[in-house]
Amino acid sequence: MRPENPNPPENAISTYSTSPRRVRKRPLLREASITWLLFGCALVSVLTTVGIVVMLAVQAAGFFRQVSVLEFLTGIQWTPLFDPQHFGVLPLVGGTLLTAGIAILVALPVGLASAIYLSEYARDSVRRVLKPMLEILAGVPTVVYGYFALTFVTPLLRSVFPNMIVFNALSAGLVMGIMIIPMVSSLSEDAMVAVPRSLRNAAYGLGATRFEVATRVVMPAAVSGIVAACILALSRAVGETMIVAIAAGSTPNLTLNPLESIQTMTAYIVQISLGETPHGTLEYYTIFAVGLLLFIMTLLMNLFGQWFVRRYREKY
Amino acid sequence: MRNGFPFKRRLKVRQVKGGVFRTMFLAATLVGTFVLIVLIVDVLRDGAGWLDWQFLTSYPSRRPEEAGLLSALFGTLWVMAFTALLSFPVGIGTAIYLEEYAPDNRLRRLIQTNINNLAGVPSIVYGLLGLSLFVQALALGRSVLAGAMTLTLMSLPVIIIAAQEAIRSVPESHRLGAFALGATRWQVVRNIVLPSALPGVLTGTILAMSRAIGEAAPMIAISALVYLTFIPTNPMDRFTVLPIQIFNWVSRPQEDFQHLAAAGIIVLLIVLLGMNAAAIILRNRYQQRTEE
Amino acid sequence: MENNTACLETNGLGLWYGKFQALRDVSMTIPHRRITAIIGPSGCGKSSLLRCFNRMNDLIPGSKVKGEVLFDGRNVYAPDVDPTEVRYRIGMVFQKPNPFPKSIFDNVAFGPRVNGITDNIEERVEGALHRGALWEEVKDRLHKSAMELSGGQQQRLCIARTLALEPEVILMDEPCSALDPQATLKIEDLMRSLAEEYTIVIVTHNMQQAARVSDMSAFMMMDPDRAGTLVEYGPTSTLFTLPKDKRTEDYITGRFG
Repeated sequence: MRPENPNPPENAISTYSTSPRRVRKRPLLREASITWLLFGCALVSVLTTVGIVVMLAVQAAGFFRQVSVLEFLTGIQWTPLFDPQHFGVLPLVGGTLLTAGIAILVALPVGLASAIYLSEYARDSVRRVLKPMLEILAGVPTVVYGYFALTFVTPLLRSVFPNMIVFNALSAGLVMGIMIIPMVSSLSEDAMVAVPRSLRNAAYGLGATRFEVATRVVMPAAVSGIVAACILALSRAVGETMIVAIAAGSTPNLTLNPLESIQTMTAYIVQISLGETPHGTLEYYTIFAVGLLLFIMTLLMNLFGQWFVRRYREKY
Repeated sequence: MRNGFPFKRRLKVRQVKGGVFRTMFLAATLVGTFVLIVLIVDVLRDGAGWLDWQFLTSYPSRRPEEAGLLSALFGTLWVMAFTALLSFPVGIGTAIYLEEYAPDNRLRRLIQTNINNLAGVPSIVYGLLGLSLFVQALALGRSVLAGAMTLTLMSLPVIIIAAQEAIRSVPESHRLGAFALGATRWQVVRNIVLPSALPGVLTGTILAMSRAIGEAAPMIAISALVYLTFIPTNPMDRFTVLPIQIFNWVSRPQEDFQHLAAAGIIVLLIVLLGMNAAAIILRNRYQQRTEE
Repeated sequence: MENNTACLETNGLGLWYGKFQALRDVSMTIPHRRITAIIGPSGCGKSSLLRCFNRMNDLIPGSKVKGEVLFDGRNVYAPDVDPTEVRYRIGMVFQKPNPFPKSIFDNVAFGPRVNGITDNIEERVEGALHRGALWEEVKDRLHKSAMELSGGQQQRLCIARTLALEPEVILMDEPCSALDPQATLKIEDLMRSLAEEYTIVIVTHNMQQAARVSDMSAFMMMDPDRAGTLVEYGPTSTLFTLPKDKRTEDYITGRFG
């Protein structure tokens, strides 16, 4: 089928007189099996989610066979290890939300202010130095933050509030807030940087100062991204474990007073995991019930954050 | 004054206000760094005195003077080695599939969204998954392997996203040139895409690993031990890791254990520093090569 | 003229990208060992047509082809034809030089290696670089990175890369549009010497280049539905001096495009 190869031009150096023959075997089988192998890798991530949902549900079912969902979600006493046993999860949820709330109160203004500075004020060279420094905060292991909360922040706070208990929501919340500053800052900054130059230029052209441009033009335009940043940071704070396990206490306590000891959902799971609770008992299943609730809460927050951005993002 | 509007005076106020806020914004940006410095100084002050060779080579003990990190160090090494071994290929494989093979349809978007969501799942939930699936259902027990598999699942979203970015940055023209020479899709990936993307993927993997090293929560759920006086000799052995040991010491009321915890934190931070430095060096060398 | 039997032939070729028709009913015959130029205004489908010959359009999701593309009498779109085999025998050079971030040697050796040819690699590389008029300039730095070459050298490297496979046809998609005039002339000289051994099809928006270099010319245009059609096809000298179609004449004389 191939035509005869004519003589090669004189200036070519060639030690072969016939065209090279393709010696590759039919690669279709190999290509197909590689494609399937790679698809299998991608499947792992899907199976992970399936696994989380199934495992949590199956194990939590062991709990809900004996305790009604209503009691779980509306009860205000959580004493699964004591007599009489109560299985109302609200104190744990309250502890989680209290510490997470304090964290956001810290991280939101600081993170937002950092984002404004980095996106509207800082020169490129300055930005290149400051941004990584902020990122380092996110890379510190949470046990270290927990240690810091217990051994440094708590004594410091107790000098201001002498009747504060050693294990309290405030220390943990503050340190958690520091931990999530980079998240609020970086996501807000992304939202602000995405606002086009032309909007800023229009405002400058009308005689606005840099502060006015930042607060009256850029921030409102980026508000959907900023809100999403907060929601995602809140979700992160809700899911945080070690800081609260070390510094916030292990007393389920439904309160708004940050100076008191509380226990979060995550800290409870850690407490039981470390204990001698045997498998298959109701006490054992409680960690999966709480875990399921935690998973659902953070998932809803993450999905809401993503949906919020999609819905309210300014189209440029 | 035009139209009775005191422009100059207002402008001065606006400018002063702007200056004040500018300083506040800068201060906010530096708050984090300030706290970080305080933290490091505090830890060093508390723990440096307790950090010595005996500390690194002893097992934990009820007596603080004799306690050490040995079992935690080796446990961390074992778990991280297996985690890297498992997560790197699966992570790259997923990223290659999503970027080079998957048609742009609903399944692909679903997988991608799923990965993004997995990155936001609390680490303790991964611990619960590992506990019920690896420790119990697959009967691996509270072993190094179960811990590594749990950390793998937790690290995968981060690795995949980083790998996808690295793969996307390979110019399309290189792929087209290779296709035009009769290469199959896998040959294009293996000979053109992967060599260019590899440094970026490695950097992402190292960073994911450095996050996994510091995770105590999922490991507590799997290992459930804080007091271990042996080092693992095979993947089915029980184990403990650095963060768990630190957590254990912090939780004890005696002051000496706080110092031990601080010393342990110093070790952990040094390890992290090393890993991140490696990742940054890798990234810089890579950027130099592509700028030639 | 000996050896002017059909090398490539299209019959009623239509091409769609999803719902958009990019080519309509293109029928033409490309002779062996001649340079055929495809000219026309932007967007008329020249590059799309070129990509049909070596099935590079397959890589664009949603692309569909109707009609035939015959290579030595066999339809390259037949179901039992492997596109990589087609590309082994029909090579392509792109508008912007795209050497791989590898050494000069590894660039040229890439084609033979992926196709399973492992013998005489060094001779093949050397031969290809000779025929690509690049050997003298790189013979002392074969293992240096290809990214260090100038634009014109990189394009000749891409040509040598294709030549290493000993294709029968070389497709060139505006190969000089990213190069300066000096480099362009070098490539045009190279084309003429290559045409003694290979069939060359070149897409160009530069009419003077087409007139200088090609033996046959094909003029294409967008029809009202924005699909590309073949307006006129014939020997270059005739098409440029005595075009049969008024649209061709308008384009040649610069009235539009």
